[in-house]
This record gives sequence, structure tokens and C-alpha cells, in this order.
Amino acid sequence: MSQTLSEAEPEATDVTAPAPTGLGDAWRDYVSRVRGGDVGPLPAILGLAALLVVFSALRPETFTNSFNFANLLIQSAPVIVIAMGLVFVLLIGEIDLSAGFTAGVAGAMLGIVSTRHDYPWWIGILVCLATGAVIGLVIGLLVARVGIPSFVVTLAGFLALQGLLLKIIGEGGTIRIQSETVLAIMAKNLPVWLGWTLYVVLIVAYAAVTFRQLATRRSRGLVTSSPTVWLAKVACMAVLLGVCTYYLSIERSRNAALTSIKGIPIVIPVVLVLLVLFTLLLNRTLFGRHVYAVGGNAEAARRAGINVARIRLLCFILCSTIAAAAGVLLASRVNSVTPSTGGGETLLYAVGAAVIGGTSLFGGKGRPVDAIIGGLVVAVVANGMGLLNKSAAVVYMVTGGVLLLAAGVDALSRRRAAASGRV
Amino acid sequence: MTSMTTEADSRPVTDQSPLLELRSVSKSFGAVQVLQEVDLTVRLGRVTALVGDNGAGKSTLIKGIAGIYPFDSGDYVFEGETVHVHNPKQANALGVEVVYQDLALCDNLDIVQNLYLGREALSSGFLDEITMEERAAETLAGLSVRTVKSVRQKVASLSGGQRQTVAIARAVLWNSKLVILDEPTAALGVAQTEQVLRLVRRLADRGLAVILISHNMNDVLAVADDIAVLYLGRMTAQVQAKDVSLTDVVQLITGGTLIEKEGRVVVTDPHEAGGGLAADQTPHETGDQP
Repeated sequence: MSQTLSEAEPEATDVTAPAPTGLGDAWRDYVSRVRGGDVGPLPAILGLAALLVVFSALRPETFTNSFNFANLLIQSAPVIVIAMGLVFVLLIGEIDLSAGFTAGVAGAMLGIVSTRHDYPWWIGILVCLATGAVIGLVIGLLVARVGIPSFVVTLAGFLALQGLLLKIIGEGGTIRIQSETVLAIMAKNLPVWLGWTLYVVLIVAYAAVTFRQLATRRSRGLVTSSPTVWLAKVACMAVLLGVCTYYLSIERSRNAALTSIKGIPIVIPVVLVLLVLFTLLLNRTLFGRHVYAVGGNAEAARRAGINVARIRLLCFILCSTIAAAAGVLLASRVNSVTPSTGGGETLLYAVGAAVIGGTSLFGGKGRPVDAIIGGLVVAVVANGMGLLNKSAAVVYMVTGGVLLLAAGVDALSRRRAAASGRV
Repeated sequence: MTSMTTEADSRPVTDQSPLLELRSVSKSFGAVQVLQEVDLTVRLGRVTALVGDNGAGKSTLIKGIAGIYPFDSGDYVFEGETVHVHNPKQANALGVEVVYQDLALCDNLDIVQNLYLGREALSSGFLDEITMEERAAETLAGLSVRTVKSVRQKVASLSGGQRQTVAIARAVLWNSKLVILDEPTAALGVAQTEQVLRLVRRLADRGLAVILISHNMNDVLAVADDIAVLYLGRMTAQVQAKDVSLTDVVQLITGGTLIEKEGRVVVTDPHEAGGGLAADQTPHETGDQP
């Protein structure tokens, strides 16, 4: 250290210097971020595109038709919803291995309340969600207050809830779901006109909200991206969702004279509403900010006056409650709840979905939309391999490989990020 | 030394009452007496360097000021009133902020989010990002920080000096009066050290009181107005930086005493320091003589 502290400031640009604003600048900025290790969901999106191309080439008839497309989306929904819940616990650097059977037990409660005791469907769903919340509360208290590692607590929960589900339903038994409303979620479609209306509303709302942000920032003199970038984003989204909506709006029944199947499956707007809700919660609220802080540096969060234990507890409650919502979808899908509902590969696919989508297992990094992208990758693998008549053995091995690949990309991008100083 | 320090030196010392005064505070952990009747005076607009060898009690002293380990005995006088600080919240309420060595920043959040962590601005229930971003930019500009490209940069992408700057800005964002910096330059290179020291100087020039803990005597002499020396749990000297040389300070740190200096009174041995600059009422006379 020299003894002279001259007041001359040789340093770089001003804080308020204009950042890259044009489309080209935005692109270069993005490329440099990716090269620096901040890949986000890019590997998952590229992987999804590659899988779609491969399966379309191998099975042009069966894979690409709109019947299979709708089927694939419906199949993926429960895993996606569980994965969205898992994002909350993964963000704080924890894990919930019991989420699958939480969905099963909650689904069983739905069956008991609405079928066995004949209450209206909405009471059934409320009881189902409350069951999830209670399970989450117990797990959260054990992890955040008592201090048992979440891996152990939720592994115990995985076993215990599996037993509880068996106890509730009875060996070899099933609880049928009879509520038309609950069954409609996974089985029915929106009328074509309503699908298109929702599409237009969604695009206009997205454009309006993002434009308002842009305009406010501009008027307050803050750095913004250019309107061109905004327009490009809106256009991309409009085209992508437009193609999907169109594809889902064409007749996909094999015998159209007998039954007509067309329109967006009801579960898709349900998942989209959850996505918007959770994204708002994580990006725009105090709670969301504190979740990222706890995941990034729990000690810093504690010193900043954040009640870390409370945030942890809330994340577990949210995760289990969201898993319970997935339980509704699982029950609706097969019209019943059995002792294996939510078991098998459900949970592991959900964890895989979140990680493949770009959520870090180390905490602090991840978004609800990751769950959707990753969930689609998992679903496409399962669906496409099925159409290739591969056995379950092959499907499991390939899915395992994809997960390993995703985790590898996460680890490598972390190393790269550490080297270039990004997270 | 610098133009800046001489400028600070020319300021009269005693024209204002001290912001913080510790009067013979003591602290022990079990049988270990870590602080023995320590006096410390901190004034607004001045950088008070707290120096001493490892184990001299520097950390315990600032943790006591910050309310993490309350003192066992002695007076904590803030703005002329005796106060009782038993936890960090009470210290924060007085306007005391500590920047710890490990900074406590969240790498995965950006600068604005870190500055406001735990004290986020809200509008109708949602985070008010625009207000926070504006104020964050203002605060950084007010500290003449021009080294960050964007306040929306992730903290992980910042250099050590920039991270230190963010941590300091975080401490001054809340109308704090006393900022305590624990080894702010310990892990920094030459250019970044200079950058951080300049910021430390600027805090004092803006009228804040600053306590700087450092092992680097060059840093201390470059920015400090007052130097307080701890030796084995006692305050052996609190002197003005202009009155001492590097060798003097090193001698104080390692030996606890400073004998003779052609006419200048910087006497600081606990036994004979009746003169006022040093900690003067130490009953355990011989405890720390080598």
C-alpha cells in the first residue's frame, strides 16, 4: 500500500452509465453470460429441442401427432407440479424426498372426503391441501427447529407416509375418485374458443406487464433494455404458445364422429396459474427475496435480521402443499388412489425435472419455470422411448443418463462460474 | 503521508464531544480476562484505528460495542448518555453498524438486493425494486464509488475491493453514526486496498465516526486520525496519528509501552500514564510487562 491516497479516481464507468440496450448488445451480453457459466435453463431447452427432433425423426407418425402431444403434456403435469414445490426447498439448499408420497397421502384424503363421505369436491381439495400443509409443517419443524438434516427427515417421511398411505387405503385397495370436477382437470379440454381467448389474454398481459416495467424504469432514468428486445421477447412467446395452442386446437380423436377431442387440456392453464403465482412469490415478495438470501448465504441472511428458521419452515410447508396439489392431479389422472400413488419414480422424476431445468442442488439458484422445462424433458424421454417400444428398463437407464448429464452441466457451469466470478 | 491526512490532522480534536466513550469496560470469558478496564473515545468525522496484536482483545472490544458480547462492567456512553447495549439490535438502533471480515453478502443476489437485505422497501406488499435501485445508486454515488458497472450485477462477479465497498455501503445506507470495519483490507491487493481506504476516509469526511481494525500499519497511518492500541486486554495508548511514527505504533503493539521521544508526550505505559492520553487507571500494575 502506498502512503498516498490521491483523490484521483482512475476507475471505470459511472454507476448510471447506459448498459447495452440494442438487440445485438442484448445477444452479446447473453452469450458472454453463458460462456461465463451462467447457463440457466439453456442446456435443458437445447436438450428438449434435440429430443423432439430425434423422436420426431424416429417416429414421425406417432410422436408428432397432436394426440400424443396433448397426452405428453398431461402426463408431465403431476411431476412438473411436484418439481415446482421442490424448487422452494432446493432453493434453500435442502431436499424433500417425501414429496411423492405426500402427494399420494393427500390424494387419498381427497378420495376419502369426496368419495367415501360425499362432501363436495372443493372441500375435498381443501382437505387435501391442508394434509400437505400439515406434513410440510412437521417436516419443516424437524428440519428448521430441531435441526435434523432434511435428507434424513424426508427419507423417514418417505417410508412413514408410504406406510400411512397403505394403512389408509388398505392392502390392494383403491379409493375411486367420482367427482366430475376433479376428473375433468386431467381428462377434459377447454373449448377451442376459450383456449384462444386465454392465449390472447396471456400474451397481452405479458406484453403489458413487461412494457409497464420498461416504461417505469425509463421514466425514472434507470438502465433498461431497449424496446426492440422487449418486442422480440413478446414475439417469441406469442409464436411459441401460438403454435402449441394451434396444435392442441385441432381435432385429435381417432374417430372424430364418435367423440371429438380438441382444445387445450384443462390442466395446462392450471399449471400456468401455479407458475405465475410462484414466480411472483419468489421474485416480487419479501418472502421470495429472503428464500434466495437464505439459499445463497444463510449466515448473511441471519445477520441481516432474517428469521432463517421461519423461511426454512415456510419452504417445507409450501413444498408439501404444492405436492398435495399434484396429488389431486395424480388422482384425477387415473380416477383413483392406490397404495402406490406418488410412489415409484414420481418423486425422483420430480427432483430430476427441477435439476434438469437448471435449479441447483446447492441452493440459491432456481426458478419455478425450471420445473416446467425439466419436467417436459423427463416426459419426452419417457413418452418417446415408449413409442420406440423400448422396455421400462431402457427408459429408466436413459432417464438416469439425462439426469446425470444435467447435474454434470450444473457442476461444470458452477466451476466455470466460480472461475469467471458469476453464480 | 497524504494531503488528506494532514487535512484531517489540522482539524481541532476537542471541539466536539465524543460520539462514543467507553469508560473502563471489562469483559471476561470464564477465567480468562479478555478486556481490563479499557477506555476508548470515538469522535464524529474521525477515523479511529484500533490496533493490537492477535489476542489483544480487538474483536472482543468491537463485539462489545456491537452488542454481541455485552461488557461485564464499565460505562458505554453514546452521544453523552450512558446506554446499555445488550444485543445487536440495540446497537443498530443507536446507529452503530459493523462490517465484519467475512462481509456476509449473498453471492447469488445483486448489489441492490444485498444492500437492502433484511430491510427491503415495499410498495403495496410487493418489493419496490425501482426505489431500492435508485437509492442504492445514490448511496454508491454519494460514496464516490464508480467501479461497479451496474448496481444489478451479482455480488459473485465483484472483486474483493468491490465486495468490501458493497458491505460498507450497506452499513452507511441506514443513517448510521458509527461504522466499525474489521480488517477491511486484509484480503485485498494494492489497488483495491487504496480504493477501500479512500472510501474509509470519505466516510469520516462525511461526518461519520469510523473505527478501523487493521494489522497493516501503513493503512492505519494513511487514514487514521486517532490510534488506539490494545495490549493484552488493556488500552495502552490512544494517540493522534500525527504524533506517532510507524516504529512507535509497532513498539506499542508489541511491547505495550513507548518510552521517550524527544520531548513528545506519547507516554503510554499503564503505570505511568497519568497524563491523560492513555488508559490510566489500571490496578494490576505489573501484569503485562514482558
